Amino acid sequence: MTKPTIATCSLAGCFGCHMSLLDIDERIVDLVQLVQFDRSPLTDIKHCSEQGVDIGLIEGALCNAENIHTLREFRRRCRILVAVGTCAISGGVPALRNRIPVEECLNEAYLQGQGIDQPQIPNDVELPLLMDKVYPVHEVVHIDYSLPGCPPPADAFWSLLTALLEGREPSLDYPLRRFD
Amino acid sequence: MHAMNYQRINQILDDHGRNPLRLVQILIGIQAECGGIPASVRDYISKALAVPLAQVHGVVAFYHFLSPEIQGQYRIYVADNIIDRMHGNQEVMATLLQELQAERGKPRADGQVFIDYTSCTGLCDQGPALLINSRALTHVTPDRAKEIAERINAGEPLNNWPSHWFQVEESPRVAGPVLASQFEPGRGLQAALEMGPAQYLKEVERAGLRGRGGAGFRTAIKWRVSRDAPGKTHYVICNADEGEPGTFKDRALLTRDADAMFEGMTLAGLVIGAEKGFLYLRGEYTYLYSQLVATLARRRAEHLLGKNILGREFNFDVEIHLGAGAYVAGEESALIESLEGKCAVPRPRPPFTATHGYLGQPTVCNNVETFVKTALIAQNGADWFLECGTRYSPGSKLLSVSGDVARPGIYEYPFGTSVQTVLEACGARETQAVQIGGPSGTCITPNEFDRAICYEDLSTGGSFMVFNRSRDMLSVVQNFIHFFADESCGFCTPCRVGTQLMRRAIDKIVAGKAGARELKEIEHAAKCTRAMSHCGLGQTATKPFLDTLDRLRPQYEARLSNLDFVPNFDLDQSLSKTRALSQRDDPHAHLPQTGEACDARI
Amino acid sequence: MQESEFSFELDGTDLPFEPGQSIMEAATQAGVYIPHLCHHPDLRRNGSCKLCTVKVNGRFGSACALPAQAGCTVESNTSELQEMRRQIVQMLFVEGNHYCPFCEKSGNCQLQVVAYHVGMVDMHFPPFNTARQLDASHREMLLDRDRCIQCARCVRASQDLDKKNIFGLAGRGMNIRLVVNSDSGLLGDTDFSSADHAAQVCPTGALIRKDQAYPCPIGSRLYDTPISQHTIRQDARHD
Ligand SMILES: Cc1cc2nc3c(=O)[nH]c(=O)nc-3n(C[C@H](O)[C@H](O)[C@H](O)COP(=O)(O)O)c2cc1C
Ligand code: SF4
Ligand code: SF4
Ligand code: FES
Repeated sequence: MTKPTIATCSLAGCFGCHMSLLDIDERIVDLVQLVQFDRSPLTDIKHCSEQGVDIGLIEGALCNAENIHTLREFRRRCRILVAVGTCAISGGVPALRNRIPVEECLNEAYLQGQGIDQPQIPNDVELPLLMDKVYPVHEVVHIDYSLPGCPPPADAFWSLLTALLEGREPSLDYPLRRFD
Repeated sequence: MHAMNYQRINQILDDHGRNPLRLVQILIGIQAECGGIPASVRDYISKALAVPLAQVHGVVAFYHFLSPEIQGQYRIYVADNIIDRMHGNQEVMATLLQELQAERGKPRADGQVFIDYTSCTGLCDQGPALLINSRALTHVTPDRAKEIAERINAGEPLNNWPSHWFQVEESPRVAGPVLASQFEPGRGLQAALEMGPAQYLKEVERAGLRGRGGAGFRTAIKWRVSRDAPGKTHYVICNADEGEPGTFKDRALLTRDADAMFEGMTLAGLVIGAEKGFLYLRGEYTYLYSQLVATLARRRAEHLLGKNILGREFNFDVEIHLGAGAYVAGEESALIESLEGKCAVPRPRPPFTATHGYLGQPTVCNNVETFVKTALIAQNGADWFLECGTRYSPGSKLLSVSGDVARPGIYEYPFGTSVQTVLEACGARETQAVQIGGPSGTCITPNEFDRAICYEDLSTGGSFMVFNRSRDMLSVVQNFIHFFADESCGFCTPCRVGTQLMRRAIDKIVAGKAGARELKEIEHAAKCTRAMSHCGLGQTATKPFLDTLDRLRPQYEARLSNLDFVPNFDLDQSLSKTRALSQRDDPHAHLPQTGEACDARI
Repeated sequence: MQESEFSFELDGTDLPFEPGQSIMEAATQAGVYIPHLCHHPDLRRNGSCKLCTVKVNGRFGSACALPAQAGCTVESNTSELQEMRRQIVQMLFVEGNHYCPFCEKSGNCQLQVVAYHVGMVDMHFPPFNTARQLDASHREMLLDRDRCIQCARCVRASQDLDKKNIFGLAGRGMNIRLVVNSDSGLLGDTDFSSADHAAQVCPTGALIRKDQAYPCPIGSRLYDTPISQHTIRQDARHD
């Protein structure tokens, strides 16, 4: 029997969700017994394997073109995709900029802001373009489950993953259900 | 900036006795006079009437035909019910925008012209229709639209336009007992006065008359509850809001049987002990206002209205209030809010209108057709009324037939008549579906055409819209869903948000961009909106979708995308601003909406 | 037999009530929690959020608006209703802009705790991204319309308890907004005070004190423990 595979990935987020996953402490050892980690900042594997993974955890919101490509590629390779954390679910802290038109953001950052030396909006083709707003992931791909929290408590990861691995419908107890 | 004519505004305030209860009426007057109600005027009105500024803002923002900015001398609303669409209203709109050099929904740069769509104007038998400064124009072709634009561009006042442009025809196609009756003003009233209010109420009860506005509540019970309810004053309201798309039978009655309707109201006043009645006339029917006022004046002169009616100690009079474009104002408690000068938001119930209506007093609210019938029952007797209909639905019903039929118009049939009979009479062919009772009613397909029109089977307020096989029923549903989303009053969550979600979903479905999973999810949400909404609007708003999903599921399935998921917003568009700012147009500066990237996953 | 004459059944338990009480009031008195947002014990009923929807003798209705009636059967804590309530809360979330991680009210917010209670874990629906006006003009209070759920609690409190009539709801459908009764439309130009009842009743972070920021640490906030009648009542008394 091959072990189920897990991948994790981050968009516009702070890696706090990944840190929180690590916060399951010594249970990480149990987890590694149960699953095989595929693409993840933890393994430094950059793309999911061709045959796909069983569970994908995605952290962060969508704020630029690269996020869209990353999310879509990740979705294609994951049988179950879990949106992890407030940023992925609602846009979270990155969405603070949604109150401000994107041209004003760029203006402030690159043209008019204090201490800017050579005002210019970067135009290198290597740089991903910002979208007009920050969007949650469910606007662009289908999401199978969500793990709320900023970040979700370590126990919530544990609860969700064990349920999925045992083929149960995940459900979070009240203290594990939180939006902040 | 227009200099506002405060002298005229003061005049309007005085005409309405500076009565805050008439706030909606005052604002309608100002809108007509000044073409809009800007902030300075709202402020002025708030102070003049001592009503909170927030209420004035609220009312102006609530009703379609009131606007917080000056719209100009010509305010045009093109009817946008699905039937008007089928008649080509979009070409009419396009022509008008082109010829007038205007943008839809925005005052033209010179501040002279405003043009937008509005929901059904009650002229589906004579569409495409439009309203200019509250006057109705029927059978508007693109050629006519050009002529209209020419006259507007030349600044010609409406009164100089050819009068036949404004012709609204009222000729019933099939007349039943009501339309064929010879109504003699005052005869029924005389009879009721002679037998006494209690006995007359018994006649109405014996006739088994049920409300013709849609819900079918027993009229006699409503009147009795209201009569017996304690209160300083009792009121009678006639609901002439006729907002259900595809309905225009009240328009016909208001035009040809207003006398009977007013007599019906007077009889209600006699029964419940009211001295005051209101006719709530939808803003779209403003063109009927002056002839209705004339009918009232004539009835007063004939001692059928006013003090000491027919020489008895019985006083009753009627005041006409206009609506200003709000479907929900047809809901009786919302209508009463509007009569009290507020936004038309349905009240929590209980208490019910019959005991706590206008100003919290016992109030009877009935439909135009109901009142016409109570008058005819007084004149002709309950037995006459009982000559047709079914056991639970005695009498006849006026139907407004429109859509894919050879002869649109008013048809009067006994309750119990089959849909098939009506379809044959109006010359419908290759019929795919009939929407009975308007968007809030029921959509039926050919295997149900033997069903009967009556309260126990297919209940209807009168709308009867026919669609032949060439029609795309999903765009019919889309039109209805947009209607509800535009008309939700916004009071309760499931309707305010739910109808918007429905709008987004149906647009995505019709565009072929929604998947099976999404269809299932929106069905789920539609059921929540149906179950939890505060009033009939939200409770029925998802019905066009749920009905057709039930009966025409293959049409939905044929539209579903087999992609895993199509993004909800335009990805490439979302980069357009930064693309421009960084002056890029390389492949990385674009995003595909679909394609490999969103195909089914492994 | 006074007892049985005025009682009804709520989720299988007999509850006594006083004539004239709503189902919500009777339940509250008996210590049973029915999810709600626009209802507030000190305010006139409103019935707009629809979170308190129950089934009375098989028919849907609002517990806060319907009078308790002897002998009726009320269902509240069923999976059908909780599921629909979850959708209602999700609707409120997508309609506004609710970002809990940076909201001062988080942990003390009734919208959030009701979401927890009905098992909401995501927004589910597409967000509306509505642009709403922020009003920071008042010395003591902030009005962040992004977080307003149009429950009209502040409107009613200001009208009925404070007799100031500072707020109103204006507009139609999804364009409905909380408006302020002053020529400028700004809160700073009214005689609103943080001591007003209206300043205490907002269930969300829409109408909030400026000088408090995050008043208590995570773990000791009102709703860090599961919702109960007790915490809701505490909240209703004073935030
Ligand atoms: C959203 C909504 C719109 C309504 N519009 C109308 C209307 O335009 N005309 C009408 O007579 N009744 C309308 N009704 C029904 C009225 O609330 C009320 O039941 C009716 O006027 C009672 O009159 P009846 O008993 O004579 O039918 C509407 C109800 C709802 C919920
Ligand atoms: S159901 Fe719709 S129209 Fe009726 S009260 Fe609710 S929001 Fe208003
Ligand atoms: S500000 Fe608060 S209390 Fe007032 S309507 Fe909005 S959510 Fe309700
Ligand atoms: S609490 Fe009952 S409708 Fe809001």
